[in-house]
Amino acid sequence: MLQPRSSTARSVLGSFVLIGVVVAGSAAAFAYTAGWLSPERLTPWKMLQALAPPSGPALGHRRNHAKGICFTGVFESNGNGAALSRASVLAAGQYPALGRFNLGTPNPEAADATVRVRGIGLRITPPDGQEWRTAMINAPVFAVSTPEGFHELLLAAGSKDPNAMKVFAEAHPEFASFGAWAKNAPWTGSYAEDRFNGLNSFIFTDGSGADHAVRWSLLPAAQVVPVTQDDLKKLDPDFLEQEITQRVRSGPLRWTMTVTVANPGDPTADPTKAWPEDRRTVEVGTLVVQRIEGEADGPCRDINFDPTVLPPGMRTSDDPFPAARSSVYAKSYDLRTAEAKDYPRTVAGPKP
Amino acid sequence: MNAIRHHFSPLQRLLHWVMAICILAMLFIGVGMVSTIMPKYVPLVAIHKTLGTAILVLALIRLVTRFYYGAPALPADLPEPMKLAAELSHYALYALMIGMPLLGWAMLSASAYPVELYGGIYLPAILPQSDSVRTLLWNAHYYLAFAFFALILMHAAAALFHALVRHDGVFEAMAPVPIRDEVTRVEYTAAE
Ligand code: HEM
Ligand code: HEM
Repeated sequence: MLQPRSSTARSVLGSFVLIGVVVAGSAAAFAYTAGWLSPERLTPWKMLQALAPPSGPALGHRRNHAKGICFTGVFESNGNGAALSRASVLAAGQYPALGRFNLGTPNPEAADATVRVRGIGLRITPPDGQEWRTAMINAPVFAVSTPEGFHELLLAAGSKDPNAMKVFAEAHPEFASFGAWAKNAPWTGSYAEDRFNGLNSFIFTDGSGADHAVRWSLLPAAQVVPVTQDDLKKLDPDFLEQEITQRVRSGPLRWTMTVTVANPGDPTADPTKAWPEDRRTVEVGTLVVQRIEGEADGPCRDINFDPTVLPPGMRTSDDPFPAARSSVYAKSYDLRTAEAKDYPRTVAGPKP
Repeated sequence: MNAIRHHFSPLQRLLHWVMAICILAMLFIGVGMVSTIMPKYVPLVAIHKTLGTAILVLALIRLVTRFYYGAPALPADLPEPMKLAAELSHYALYALMIGMPLLGWAMLSASAYPVELYGGIYLPAILPQSDSVRTLLWNAHYYLAFAFFALILMHAAAALFHALVRHDGVFEAMAPVPIRDEVTRVEYTAAE
């Protein structure tokens, strides 16, 4: 009988060392990939920490744009968008829409007149299973050029150092145009009068396979009545949701969805840079808000208006924001859904 | 004496190594994507969902081949506790290969996310939206991912132990390329 190859004690020891190195090396590579060895990596978790107020986040709520009110309606696509994207949502037709008017604050109790940035989350679902989700704000440009810059802004805004914002603004000259808008632009007394801008650039692919870099906006059909922040401070802290609820009761509200196409060379990677006014702009349809829905127990609560949920025919561009937002919104969603017990769906007591 | 086999069938070996690479990639992509906000987040998530679904399909095929071809017996002289550990860990690996993708898919369904794969393929939702269910599934996907990685490390250590220390033909049975199998042949004759 042949003896199996006999191993000397020495080679056995060597084998165990080799096995140990393989296992430890794999574990180390895994830890590195997970970011455990890189405390400087900007993780979604760190972004959420920077967003949270000093007293901690409002458990169960969105970690930003925490205050809002849900609606349902339809998106009436007029078919003009089909020249830009083959997404079925831009083919002529009427598709269910779900959305949420909201305020850019991590505090669900904030008084409406204290919040400069207003937003809208929107999900349009054509019948074939495709989905278009987007979250837009009323500012004409974003505050910073990069997600890293946004993190620095949050740190500066939350800092106890009275010079922090000054230091930030000097390091981020691109902040100036957003700053000027925040300071000087008129306010409105209603979500219905706000224009919402997607700000981020995306790539549309049309039926022939040609790509178009685009940004989109929602233009209100309602007459805009400019007011000052001081006017609004006299109103109820929740005047926005009360007003919109009233308004929708007396008839549906409309916004025109426009898609603006970049010229070659227009900045697509930087949402602080507006494109020149003369760029080709296509009206692709109308958002019709038909019903205001509950916030705590309505259909928006469980939706993450993740800007990378796009139908075939639309995709992200070299703009770094949608990816960063998707990652951070997912983490926010993980946390708030796990904290559902801290934010009851039904408000105790008799309903009005 | 023709029932005793010393190797897994070529199809089983192919599946084993292709899946080994895919699963390791999935674990690294998983922990990498959830810790970044860089542009690569979007393609990483798309790869994670697509490759994860491919693993589910491959795992089901593999299960069928396992029932059809069986597996070579472990060496007779392997201590009982080691045999038991080998068998249990193999059950666990199959459970995870099938369970992890199902958990991921179910988690996205319960989150009311569309489950879109590369190529514009949409998987149907397999669960209705639910906070509590998605949290449960998220936790399972998360903790089992680490258990999966630990199990794979143990599995690899054991395979190397067979290959380098015991020289007992167990590694060769699943080796990616046919390796001369003097040792097993010897044991085979000895066993007769
Ligand atoms: C890196 C930059 C950004 C970060 C870290 C960030 C963070 C967040 C977070 C954590 C949420 C809550 C998500 C959820 O739990 O569902 C949120 C919601 C929202 N964000 Fe952002 N955001 C960023 C950029 C932007 C930009 C550029 C826009 C507009 C163009 C925007 C508009 C909105 C809107 C409208 C919502 C509310 C959506 C809803 O109602 O669910 N955000 N953001
Ligand atoms: C063999 C299969 C799979 C393995 C080994 C795997 C592994 C992982 C790992 C390691 C993570 C990171 C956990 C963390 O650190 O937070 C993860 C996250 C994730 N996986 Fe998987 N996965 C698999 C299949 C799938 C499939 C098929 C899907 C969906 C169709 C999926 C969806 C997800 C999602 C959405 C996350 C992020 C969860 C979050 O934090 O929001 N996975 N996975």
